[in-house]
Formats: sequence, C-alpha cells, structure tokens
Amino acid sequence: MTHLRRLLAEWAPALAILVVGLVGWEIAVNVLGIQKFLLPKPSEIVSAFWDERSVLWPAGWYTFTEAFWGFVVGASLGIAAALVLARFRPLGSALMPYFIAASAIPIIAFAPIANAWFGIEKNSKIFIAALLCFFPVLVNTLRGLTSVKPQQVELMRSYAAGNPAVFRRVRIPTSLPYLFTSLKVASVLAMIGAIVGEYFGGSQEQLGIQIKNSAALFQFETAWAAILVACILGIGFYIVVSLAEVVTMRRYPSAGRSRR
Amino acid sequence: MTGAAAVSIRNVSKTFGKGGTKALQNIELDFQPGEFVSLIGPSGCGKSTLLRVIGDLIDPSEGEAIIGGKTAHQARLDRDYGMVFQEATLMDWRTVERNVSLPLEMMGWDRSTRRERVRELLELVELTGFEDHHPWQLSGGMQQRVAIARALTFNPSLILMDEPFGALDEMTRDRLNLELLRIWEATGATVVFVTHSIAEAVFLSSRVVVMSARPGRVQKLVEVDLAYPRTNDTREEARFFELATEVRELLRESHDAREEA
Repeated sequence: MTHLRRLLAEWAPALAILVVGLVGWEIAVNVLGIQKFLLPKPSEIVSAFWDERSVLWPAGWYTFTEAFWGFVVGASLGIAAALVLARFRPLGSALMPYFIAASAIPIIAFAPIANAWFGIEKNSKIFIAALLCFFPVLVNTLRGLTSVKPQQVELMRSYAAGNPAVFRRVRIPTSLPYLFTSLKVASVLAMIGAIVGEYFGGSQEQLGIQIKNSAALFQFETAWAAILVACILGIGFYIVVSLAEVVTMRRYPSAGRSRR
Repeated sequence: MTGAAAVSIRNVSKTFGKGGTKALQNIELDFQPGEFVSLIGPSGCGKSTLLRVIGDLIDPSEGEAIIGGKTAHQARLDRDYGMVFQEATLMDWRTVERNVSLPLEMMGWDRSTRRERVRELLELVELTGFEDHHPWQLSGGMQQRVAIARALTFNPSLILMDEPFGALDEMTRDRLNLELLRIWEATGATVVFVTHSIAEAVFLSSRVVVMSARPGRVQKLVEVDLAYPRTNDTREEARFFELATEVRELLRESHDAREEA
C-alpha cells in the first residue's frame, strides 16, 4: 500500500503536467481559433482514435511487425558483425571509421531505392529499419567488447584461457550495458524507419500510408490519431527492450548501473 | 643447487618495439621453493615486466624463465601460478563467491566441490559471510583479499603479485601484509612480489631484489635475515631499520648514477 502511494507520489508531477498540457492545448485551440489542419483539439484526436480504431490498430500492428523484424535482423547482424570484428581487431579498426561514417548517413534517404530493390510491400520497410538498427548496434557492441581492462585479459590468460573463454567470461558480460544502450536506440530507429519508409509508398494496411492519406484528405484528426498509435507502439517497444535490459542486468550487474 | 628452482630467470632481456626502450637487460635470478621474494626499484625498472615474463604474459626478447623445471608457457598452461594485480580485477557481474570460483569453473570443478573450496578460502582471507556481495560493495582492502583468495583457489605452488597493496592506505596495507605472511606460511607457496614500498619489501621478504632503471637490471640481492613469523614488532626491530636503510641507499645509488649519466 505504501509502495503504491510512493509510486503515485513519484508520478504525480508528471501526470499533472500531462493533464495541464492537454487542457491548455484544448483551450488554446478554442480561444485562438486555430484551424483544424494546423492543430486539431486533443478531444477530436481522441474521438478519431476511437472511431477509426478498426483501421488504425491493424495498420499500426502491420507497421510494428515491419519495425520488429527490421530490429531483429539489423540488431542480430550488428551483434554478429561486432563479434567477428572484435575477434579480428585489425579488420575492426580498419573498418571502424566507415561504420562511424555510415551511422551518420541519413539512411532514410535510401527508402525510395529500397522500394526498387525489395518491392513496395513489407520487405523494403524491413530493410530500411534493419539498416537503421545495424550501425549503432554494431558500433556500440564492438566498443563494449573491446573496452575490457587489459588486466582482466591477463588474468584470464594466467588461467590458461584461450580467446573463446575470454570472450565468454569477460568480453560478452562487459559489452552487455553497451549492447542494451544501442538496442534501446535501435528500437526507436526501427519504428521511425518503418513509418518513414512507408511515406515513400506502400499498401493501405500500413500506418505511414494512413497518416499520409489522412493528411492529404484533410482528415487531420485521423492523421494525429494514427501518429498517436505509432507513439504508443514505439514507446511499448522501447519499454519491452528496457525490461529485457533490467532482467539481463540483474544477472550481470555492473557497478556503474547498480550503485544508487 | 638442490632440486629444481621454483623460478629460474635465465639471461632475460626485453625490448619494447623496434630499437625501443630496453625494459630488462640480462636478468639472471633463481628463486627457491617456498621463498618470498620482492622485486623493488624505481618506476621503469621493468619489475612488472619481469613478473609478466615469469607468468608468460609477455614474451622476453632474449632468454627464458623456467618455472619448476618447465617453460613459463607450459607452467601457465598447467596453471602453476596464481596472479594478483594492483587493481583487484574482479568481475563486477560476479558475486564474491563466483569471483573466487572463476578459475575452478574454468578447470571444470563441479559446483559442490567449488563451493566447498571457496568457503575454505574466504575463511582464510577472513571474508566469510561476504559470499553474495558484489565487488563494488566491498572496500579496496576487501576486494584485494578476494583477489588473493581467487589466486589461491587451485593451490598454485607459485604466486605472482604486482603491487597488490599499492592502491591501499597504509593502515590497510600493514594489516594485509601480516595476513599475506600468514597465508604464505599456511600454503608454503613461492611468492614473487612487486612493490615500490621499501618497508613492505623488507617486512615481507626472505630476499629483496633491488633493480635499477633504464635499462632494467638487477642491482643487488638483499638477504633479509629477520626471523619468521614476523609480527608488528618486527617493524620496530633495529635490524629491520638497517635492512630498510640498505635497500633505500641502493635505490638512491642507482638513481644518482642515472642522474649523472
């Protein structure tokens, strides 16, 4: 009971801000007579969110699966590449500048080309999401795998450990905090990649297409409602990855994270 | 010489890089089984490098180290020595118990035997009750005791220590020195101990190897003829001061010689 009360007390200020913000928004739109295409009222967005639920949620889910598979493919390849490059360090240091440069490229610009390569349906969006996830996961994981203290490696060598044992018992546990930081970033990027990829063309079942078409048809409250769906799914995805982090880091705690 | 030396360093030289600094030059040393030997010298005298040559963590440019009749490489593969560094080098994600049992896990000991052995060792270093703590919950001195317990788990006949108490305050260091002597006497292992503290070297060792820098060479071997077991009173004996003075003067000589050169 006291736990619940403390939780409420902790979140009360944030909730208050939310309520004040929404009420202020509603009043401002009324009082200032803001046009609907510029900014609809929260109440209109919520009612569109409810009325169009049978269209928006399936579309949101469709887009989420694209983001999810993009995340799985991109992050897996990023982790695999990091493992290989950490094992063959000279190759890693030769390629690192390009990876860092690549993670600064506006990959989303490739979306129209991805449509040409993988077709206008799901696969092109998965490709973009995967590409967006790949570089940050690779760069961070590699950094984690190689940020082991030299003495830890010497210690393992003194136990006659070979490279596989050093990897398993030192490098991988050390890299976990870095890995999860990049996975959280990737979960957000995957959702962005999928939706923005859809803006360049796709089927009606996609959330990005819903947003684009609603805006084109002046149904701005529906466009906003669709964005709200994207936000909810994106935040949900981020929370799931964060929970995976909490569970994993409970098994592999590190001083920096567990110390209050 | 009777039997194989615990450690035999034969004409070891080490140069880092091409034409780089000569860290060690023609080192010849023999340590007997059960000896407690300290390596002391100014920074840059190669004492840590020498320790790593003994542990096969660095390859010498010339010469070789023989550990109990084996090459250093074979001795490492056979896990003949335990290593303790200046930093405790514990794995944050492992509890005290699992840090100490790490070498045993790698040697394939089963869980219950590991647990039993860890219990014994934590008793030896007086950390019973801290099994489930994580390293960051311990003081620096306690962390170093965990590292010592870990180095002893598989009963190595040789213990290599690289300034293990260098980062600790003097009170803690004095206490751990006494504990280390007690552990050394209990295990009968040979200890090679790198330090830059004169008092520590004299208090602990049966012999002190005084080294000089650039290039790293053995300047002199000082026999420490203070009786074991040593206690806090040992630190106040006249002979202790004499020996400490001798080591200090040797270090100063080598320093002055370098200044003039």
